[in-house]
Amino acid sequence: MDRRHALKVLGAAAALPSLAPTDGDKAPDPAATQGPAWTGPAGTPSDPNLVTPRVWWPRKLLDGELVTLAALCDTIIPADGHSPSASAVGVPGYIDEWASAPYDDNRESLVKLRGGLAWLNTESERRFGRPFARLGESERNQIADDVCYEPKAKPEFKGPAQFFDMVRDLTATGFYTTHEGMKDLKYIGNVPLQRWDGPPPEVLKHLGLL
Amino acid sequence: MSNTQTKRVQYDAIVVGSGAGGGMAAFQLAVNGLKVLLLEAGRNYDPLRETPMFQLPKDAPLRSEGTVDKPFGFYDATVDGGWRVPGEPYTVAEGSDFMWWRARMLGGRTNHWGRISPRMGPYDFKPRSRDGLGIDWPLTYDELEPYYDKTEALIGVYAHDQSLENTPVSRHGTQLPPPKPRAFELLTKKYAAPLGIPVIPAPIAVLTRMQDADHWPAKLFPGNPLAQRVVRQSMRSRLACIYATGCGRGCSLRANFQSTTVLLPPALATGNLIIVPNAMVREVTLDQRGRATGVSYVDKTTRTDRHVRARIVVLAASACETARIMLNSKSALFPNGIANTNGLVGKGLMDTVGAGIGGQIPMLENLPPHNNEGTTRLHMYVPWWQYQEQRAGKLDFARGYHVEFGGGRDMPDAGIFWGLEDYTNGAYGKRFKEEARRYYGSFVYFDGRGEMIPNDDSYCDLDPTVVDQWGIPVLRFHWKWSRHETNQASHMVKTFAQLIESMGGKVVGKLETDGTKVIAKGGQIIHEVGTVRMGDDARTSVLNAHCQAWDVKNLFVSDGAPFVSNADKNPTISILALAWRTSDHILAEMKRGNI
Repeated sequence: MDRRHALKVLGAAAALPSLAPTDGDKAPDPAATQGPAWTGPAGTPSDPNLVTPRVWWPRKLLDGELVTLAALCDTIIPADGHSPSASAVGVPGYIDEWASAPYDDNRESLVKLRGGLAWLNTESERRFGRPFARLGESERNQIADDVCYEPKAKPEFKGPAQFFDMVRDLTATGFYTTHEGMKDLKYIGNVPLQRWDGPPPEVLKHLGLL
Repeated sequence: MSNTQTKRVQYDAIVVGSGAGGGMAAFQLAVNGLKVLLLEAGRNYDPLRETPMFQLPKDAPLRSEGTVDKPFGFYDATVDGGWRVPGEPYTVAEGSDFMWWRARMLGGRTNHWGRISPRMGPYDFKPRSRDGLGIDWPLTYDELEPYYDKTEALIGVYAHDQSLENTPVSRHGTQLPPPKPRAFELLTKKYAAPLGIPVIPAPIAVLTRMQDADHWPAKLFPGNPLAQRVVRQSMRSRLACIYATGCGRGCSLRANFQSTTVLLPPALATGNLIIVPNAMVREVTLDQRGRATGVSYVDKTTRTDRHVRARIVVLAASACETARIMLNSKSALFPNGIANTNGLVGKGLMDTVGAGIGGQIPMLENLPPHNNEGTTRLHMYVPWWQYQEQRAGKLDFARGYHVEFGGGRDMPDAGIFWGLEDYTNGAYGKRFKEEARRYYGSFVYFDGRGEMIPNDDSYCDLDPTVVDQWGIPVLRFHWKWSRHETNQASHMVKTFAQLIESMGGKVVGKLETDGTKVIAKGGQIIHEVGTVRMGDDARTSVLNAHCQAWDVKNLFVSDGAPFVSNADKNPTISILALAWRTSDHILAEMKRGNI
């Protein structure tokens, strides 16, 4: 992101309102025209500082759970020629933040997440005699294949499949919202433009609109 | 600055609420020389210092996913608001379903709104005369047209340049050129045309170029050098859109319309306006002769009661909050609330009909990478197009809807690729990443926004027992959709499914066409209007044709409460135009010595 350019535009804008009026009647006393005192955000959950955000709740997952979670995240989004793996860009930390959030849905999901991570290790021990994080790729995939799509999962894997899907959704959010993930998708935007030209000709051509 | 001194003086006008209606009224009265006190229930909010411009989802809690504290995502401009305001409950009557959005902050909902600004058309003012349903407005399109023109020129609205049936645009060049359409919008237009569905530039309150500060001030405020000066200064301080960073966050460049960037700064610059935030209005006070003397409010920061006086009172606290204040303003003269002699305050509550579906469009897969952001608001939309069919009795609902739609290669945000498993048989691993690249940007959504006809079962009154943390009785909502709304919602989703299929796409999820199931809840579209309606007859309305209370001559309403109907046209631009017209009436009546 060309943040420096963005800040320059913002700086130019901030300078504009100070232009003194050069016509019309005489300006009133500036003290009378400033409006009420500004004290900024209260810093409460419904009135947080939007410009410098922070997470205000403690994270709940234990180190061991995070190790299992990282292995699962990387099974879902491994490194390839385009971008790094999910754990390399902090996805387990995001999922921990999400599952620890003080909202009803998240509280329920924490139970589902913890139960799922425990199931993953139990299943892994049962099949291979080792916890999930210590399995090789093909062993991990053997388990993942059984739980990766709920509609096609065997009855005994329906529950774990729901857990897997939740983690896949979260891993995708965590991964594709990072710079690395956005670059992988070739997202272009969040840069200030002097003018808007619409889609380039190659896009219109691709769509049969040119 | 301290306001304690100034609170002892008698103001010319008190305006309650600082959103679209309150901001416009305060601005108009202040530039015309009145001493105005503006009371806002929320805190002071400064978009220049507080807007998160360019911040990324990854830097926000939960990657900016919506929560009960920040329902539209972390970076949404709304603070201290949403479907729940801590300490300020409301209730819903048994058998009803209603959601009430509030924004307790300076500028109210104008900080985050969709900026969608379609004018109401000639039909919309006379619905009963056309089809026998609902109520006619006490004014015509022609009467409000000059105020639409002036409002657009003042705030900046881009739009289409040709009027369609009941979808008027300015005849006087007051609108700005629209931005070029995005790829998904052009594709939709192409495939909508054979279905007879028009896709045209949307009317949006965003500056596609800087305003002409040398032209408009003199044109809008002839003979008023003060107004011309502050408006000129304001227009010069606003930049054009930079086509990046979500409009719903607000804009520190002042490129879109917010009361806090467009109306309140020039109003303050007159030196005639005092703004008091954290002022929760309890009631309008009355003298023996039945004239409003001022308002009582709770200073939230100290939890103390205050009273302020003025020659006139303008309520613009939002349609429901305004009704609440009036219902709570009880006296010997008005035991059921101020100006509520006929019991109509709170009645006539309307929202907008909402229903929508998404589609996956294979043609949009694997598009060459490109910027899809634009103004981040609609560039194109679909105005209601089946007036003829309705006239011919071919549809099972009486009123129209418009279509808002989006899609394409937007900034990845929380929830991206949720549901992708259904397209990929549960892909994970390297294949997941390949599928993500393929499907990114290939989804579109269509949302219908339609007219609701007022009915006797949809209204708000005071809850008999519940009070908020300031001790003020709270609103209780009653709600029912009629078949006109549910049938319309059904028509929306069927039409969108047809459109998605004609684009070679597939509807996301299982298509549900039962209108009673797909229709949004009352209040959910956040277009509540109609609770203090205007009219020609004091027996059937609360306000006269100038939004002046029939029973209390110096009490006015300038938000969405005076609306008589709720056309599919998003209400903000009409609230602004109506508030300007009401302000002109106030000034004229004061000049004549009537108030």
